[in-house]
Amino acid sequence: MTETMIKIKINETELEVPAGTSILDAAKQAGIKIPTLCYHEDLLPTASCGLCIVKIKGMNKKVRACATAAENGQEIITHDSELYNIRKIVLELILSNHPNECLTCQRNGNCELQTLAKEFGIREQVFKPQLKPKNIDKSTTSLILDRQKCISCGRCVQVCQNVQDVWALEFIGRGFNTNIAPAGDLELNESPCVKCGQCSAHCPVGAIVEKDEVDKVWEGLNDTTKHAVVQFAPAVRVAFGEGFKLESGEIVTNKIYSLLKKFGFKAVFDTNFSADLTIMEEGSEFVDKFLNNPASLPLITSCCPGWVDYLEKYYPCCIEHFSTAKSPQQMLSALAKTYYAEKNGIDPKDIFMVSVMPCTAKKYEISRDENMSASGIQDTDVVITTRELVRMTKSSGIIFDALPEGKADSILGEYTGAGTIFGVTGGVMEAAIRSAYYLITKEELSDINITPVRGLKGVKEAEIDIKGTKVRVAVAHGLSNVKKVMNKIKEAKAKGEETPWHFIEVMACVGGCVGGGGQPYGVTNTIRNKRTEGIYTDDKQSKARCSHHNPMVQKVYEEYLDHPNSHKAHDLLHTSYTHRPVYLK
Amino acid sequence: MAYNTFVLICGGTACESSKSDEMYKLLQKEIFDNNLKNDVQVVKTGCFGFCEQGPIIKILPDNTFYVKVTPDDIKEIVQEHLVKGRTVERLEYKPSEDKGRVKIEDIEFYQKQFRIVLRNCGVIDPENINEYIARDGYLALEKVIFQMTPDDIINELKISGLRGRGGAGFPTWMKWNLTKKENADQKYVVCNADEGDPGAYMDRSTLEGDPHSVLEAMAICGKAIGASRGFIYIRAEYPLAITRLEIAIKQAKELGLLGDNILGSDFSFDIEIRLGAGAFVCGEETALLRSIEGSRGMPTPRPPFPSVKGLWEKPTCINNVETWANVPVIINKGGAWFSKIGTENSKGTKVFALTGKINNSGLIEVPMGTTLREIIYDIGGGIINNKKFKAAQSGGPSGGVIPEQYLDTPIDYNNLTAIGSMMGSGGLIVMDEDDCIVDVVKFYLQFTVDESCGKCAPCRIGGKQLLSILDDISAGNATEQSIKNLKAISIAMNNASLCGLGQTASNPVMSTLKYFEDEYLEHINGKKCSAGKCKSLMTFTIVADKCIGCTACARKCPANAIIGTVKQVHVIDQSKCIKCGACVTACKFDAVIKG
Repeated sequence: MTETMIKIKINETELEVPAGTSILDAAKQAGIKIPTLCYHEDLLPTASCGLCIVKIKGMNKKVRACATAAENGQEIITHDSELYNIRKIVLELILSNHPNECLTCQRNGNCELQTLAKEFGIREQVFKPQLKPKNIDKSTTSLILDRQKCISCGRCVQVCQNVQDVWALEFIGRGFNTNIAPAGDLELNESPCVKCGQCSAHCPVGAIVEKDEVDKVWEGLNDTTKHAVVQFAPAVRVAFGEGFKLESGEIVTNKIYSLLKKFGFKAVFDTNFSADLTIMEEGSEFVDKFLNNPASLPLITSCCPGWVDYLEKYYPCCIEHFSTAKSPQQMLSALAKTYYAEKNGIDPKDIFMVSVMPCTAKKYEISRDENMSASGIQDTDVVITTRELVRMTKSSGIIFDALPEGKADSILGEYTGAGTIFGVTGGVMEAAIRSAYYLITKEELSDINITPVRGLKGVKEAEIDIKGTKVRVAVAHGLSNVKKVMNKIKEAKAKGEETPWHFIEVMACVGGCVGGGGQPYGVTNTIRNKRTEGIYTDDKQSKARCSHHNPMVQKVYEEYLDHPNSHKAHDLLHTSYTHRPVYLK
Repeated sequence: MAYNTFVLICGGTACESSKSDEMYKLLQKEIFDNNLKNDVQVVKTGCFGFCEQGPIIKILPDNTFYVKVTPDDIKEIVQEHLVKGRTVERLEYKPSEDKGRVKIEDIEFYQKQFRIVLRNCGVIDPENINEYIARDGYLALEKVIFQMTPDDIINELKISGLRGRGGAGFPTWMKWNLTKKENADQKYVVCNADEGDPGAYMDRSTLEGDPHSVLEAMAICGKAIGASRGFIYIRAEYPLAITRLEIAIKQAKELGLLGDNILGSDFSFDIEIRLGAGAFVCGEETALLRSIEGSRGMPTPRPPFPSVKGLWEKPTCINNVETWANVPVIINKGGAWFSKIGTENSKGTKVFALTGKINNSGLIEVPMGTTLREIIYDIGGGIINNKKFKAAQSGGPSGGVIPEQYLDTPIDYNNLTAIGSMMGSGGLIVMDEDDCIVDVVKFYLQFTVDESCGKCAPCRIGGKQLLSILDDISAGNATEQSIKNLKAISIAMNNASLCGLGQTASNPVMSTLKYFEDEYLEHINGKKCSAGKCKSLMTFTIVADKCIGCTACARKCPANAIIGTVKQVHVIDQSKCIKCGACVTACKFDAVIKG
C-alpha cells in the first residue's frame, strides 16, 4: 500500500509528508526544531508541557505540534515572536515550580529543562518559586523519586503503564498538588514497581534517577583490605561511548577493560563470560525438559531481574516454567567469590564485587533473596549503571578517548558471540538455540544466525527444526508485549492445552538490555537499533560464537562445577522464585 | 374519578433542603384527614426557578402562588384554601414591603421569561412518566422513528440554529452530523451532566424537574447518528437528579420507550448512568470520556474530536443537559419555530442561575438577546438593598465580568465573547459596589487552581502564579510589574493550556484588568481597597470628635490594640490591629471608621 502524501507549508517552506505525520515530525523534516519537554518518541504524546504550540493559518487556537497531525494544505507557523514569548513564559512557569538545585542534581548538564532554559536565555526567576513539598522516595535499592523536582510531564507514567504495563506510577492528587507516585500515595517498594528504571531513562529532569552508588565503588576501591573486582554487562559496551560523544553502538569493550584496570580493580571480568555459562545451564535445563519432560514446558528465561519481579507479582502461576538459572551477573559474582577466590587464595569476604549494568533492576537483584549470597556472603556488592560509570569516569580524570585497548582477566573474562548477544532482545534465545541444537544433536547448526528472533518487533516467534523436531520459540520485550505472550500461556494452561511455545525469552525493556533503564539518556528506537547493530557486530567478530565453544567455560566446568546442572552448579548458579504481592500494603 | 384541584410543591434540591419533602407528606396526610383525597392531588414537581422565595407551593386551577412556606403553614393551607376556598394571603408572594400581594401572572420574575428547557419544571411530577407523556413527551421520539430519516433530524436541528449550551456554543447539528458521518460498529451518545460552575444549577434542576426530556433527546440523537447506547455522566453530589434519572430510565424501559425495539420499531437505544466524583475538569468532554472509561479524568488533545474518536475510541456525540432538553421541542414544533426565538447567531433561550447580590435569585430562562439589565432589574428585581451595580460574572470561573456599560447588550454567544466574557453554562453572579474586584477574581482563581487536573504546565502552574500575584495585590505587596506578569501569564495560559479549563481560567483576570484596571492600581499604588474586602489594606481609625471614651471598643478588641481609658479619646495601635472589625461593631457612636 502506498502512503498518501500531503502537501503542507511550514514557515514558508513547502514540503510533502505522509498523511498522519505530526506537525512536530513534519517540522523536523523541514529542518525546524520545535521545543518540547513532555514529548518522547517512544511514547504517545501526552501534550502536557505546552511548549510545542504552533499556529495554523485560519485556525483560532494554537495547537500542540506533538499531538496534532498535519493536514493537507495547512500553512503552519512554528516560530514567531508571539510563540516565542508564550513559550518563554510557560518555561518560566515550569521553572518556578522546579527547585533551583541544578548544581547538586544528578541530571546537571544532562537535563532537558536546563537545556531549554539555556536555549531560551532565561536569566532570572521571573515568578515567585511555587514548589511542591520536598518528598523523596528512597524506598527501593534501585531508584530515587524526588517529587519536588517532578514537572508532571507524564512520560514516566506512560512508560510505566503503557510500555511496561507495570502501573507502579500514576498521577495522584489534583491541580497544583498533582504528583507522580504509586497509586494510593505508596512508596515504590510497596507498589508494583519492578525497578526496570524506564521511568528514569525517560524522565526529562532529575525527578526519577538511579540510586547513585559511585561513591560506594570508590570506597571499596580505596579500601586496602579489599580485593576489588568488576564485571560489566554485554549492553554496556555499545552504549558507554555515548557518554564521550561517540556514536551509539560503537564497541568500546577493550577501552572499558583498561578503564576499570586504571580505576584499580584487581581483576576485570566480563559478564559475557557468565552469559555463556548461563546458556550452558539454561540450555541444558531446556534440553533436559525438552527430551525428558516436555509436559513441563515452556521454559521461560530468567536473566532479567525486572522480568523476574514482574512474573513473581503478576504471573505466579507460571513460576514452575521459569528457568532456575540465575542471571549472568549473579553467576559471575558467585563464581568470583568461590571459584576465583579459592583459586587465588583470597577470603571471599575480602572480595569487593562491583558490577556495571545497563539496568537499575540489577541493583535490586543483588539482595532480592538468600540465593544471591551463594558464596555465603552477598555475591555482588555494588551495581552501578552505565550512566554512573560515565560519571565515575569523568570525575576520575581519566581521558576515556586516550585509553589504550585493554584485556579482560582470563577465565572469567573470555566470551563468545553468544554471550555478547545477551544484550539485545532475542539474543538469549539465539544463543540458547545455537547450543541447544548441539546439545541435542551433537552437531553444529549450519547457520547460527537465527534472524527471526532479532529486531524490535514486540513479540517474535520462530520454529526451529532440530533434526525433524520442531521447537517453537517466542521472544518478547517491553513488558506490555510480554503480557500478550504470558496471557496466551495462562489461557492454554487453564484449558489444559499445550502451550503455543516451548521456549520463551523475555526482557523487560524494549530492545532488551541495550535499551535498559540504566543506559545513557535519550534512547529512541534509532539509538536502540544502533546499539543492537554494535552487539551483532561484536558477535560476528568473535572467534567463537557459541557458548559451548567458550574454552574458559569448559575449564570452569572441568576445574570446579563438573557439568551443567551439576549439584555444585545448582548451589551456585541456580535460584528459586516466590509469589510476591503486587502491592505490599 | 377526576381531581379538581392540584397542589404543586417544589421538589428541587433547594426547596427539599428547606423541608419541602416533609411538607409534601404533611399535605398528603392533611388532605387524607380532611377527606379530600378524591378531589385534590398533590404533585411534587421540579424547580419553579424562584428559589429566593422557596419553598414554593402552587395551587391549580386558581393559580395561587405561595412562597416561603414552612411545615407549620400546611395545616392552614389545607384548611383555608382547600377546604374553605380562601386564599392564605400572608403566604402569597409580595414583591416588596411597599407593594401588595401579587398573583402569579403579575410576578415580574416570570414575566420576561420564556420556558423551553424548563417547560415541565414546576409543572409535572418528574417521577411519573405519564405526566411527561401528557405534555407531548416522547412524541418527538415517535416522530423521528417513524417519520424522519437521520438527515431529516439533523436538518431540523440545523434549521433551528441550536448551539451547544455547555459553554462553547458549537452548532449542535454539526456535532451530530460529524458523528453520523463516521463509519463504526458502535457509536455512543453521551449526556454531560457534570455541571460544576460555582453557583450554577441549571442542569441539576432540569434533570430533577424533567429527566425524560433528556432521555428522549438522547434517543433521538441515537436514531440520528446510528448509536444504540447512551451514557449520562453526572456528578455523584446530585443525588436527587440521579434518583429521578434512574426512575425515569426504568419507567421509559417499562413502556418500551428505551431499550430494544423502541415502540415496536427496529431502533434500539439504551441509557446508563455513570457517576462522576465531582472534579470540575470532568465537564471537559475528553476528560469526561476518560472518566467514563475508568481512567483519571484528564483531558486529551483534540483532534481527534469525540465525534471521530470518543468513548473507547468510538465516534461519540456528547451534549450537555440543557442542549438535550431543547431537542424534543425542536422536533415537535419545528426548527423554524425555534429559530424565530433569539438573535441572529444565537437561537432559542438560555437558562441562567441568577445569584449574588440580587433580590430574586433563582433559575431563569430567557430568550437569547435579553439584556443584562432586563435580567437583573426586571426579572431579578434589582440589587439587594438598592446598592449600585458593579458587574456581573457570566460563564462561571471561565467567564469574565460584564461591567455597567454593557448592561444593555443583548446577551448571546457572540456579544458575550466580544466583551471578554462568555456564555458558559449559564452561571450569572451579580456584584455590587461592596465587592472588590481583586477579591472576586481571587475566588475564581482559587477554584480553577483547585480544579485543574494538573496535567498541563500552563494551567497547573500558571493558575497558581496568578493566584499568588493576586494575593500579593490584596496584601499590598505588589508593584505595577505584577500587572504585567498577570497579563503575560494569562496570555500564556490562554494559548498554551491543553483544554478549555486552562485556556479560560485566566478570563476573570483578563476581563477585570480590561474594565477595572484602576481598581487594581488602587490596591497596588494606593494600598487601598475601596470595597473594604482586602483586609491587609484596611486601616481602622477612631475619630477623636466622636469618641466619648466608653471603652466598648477596647474591651472587644481581641488583640489589645486599642489604647485609652474611660472618658478619654481612644487610639488604635496599627501595629497590633488585626483588622477584624470588632471595634466598628462595638462602637455605638460611629467613631470607628474603616478605610
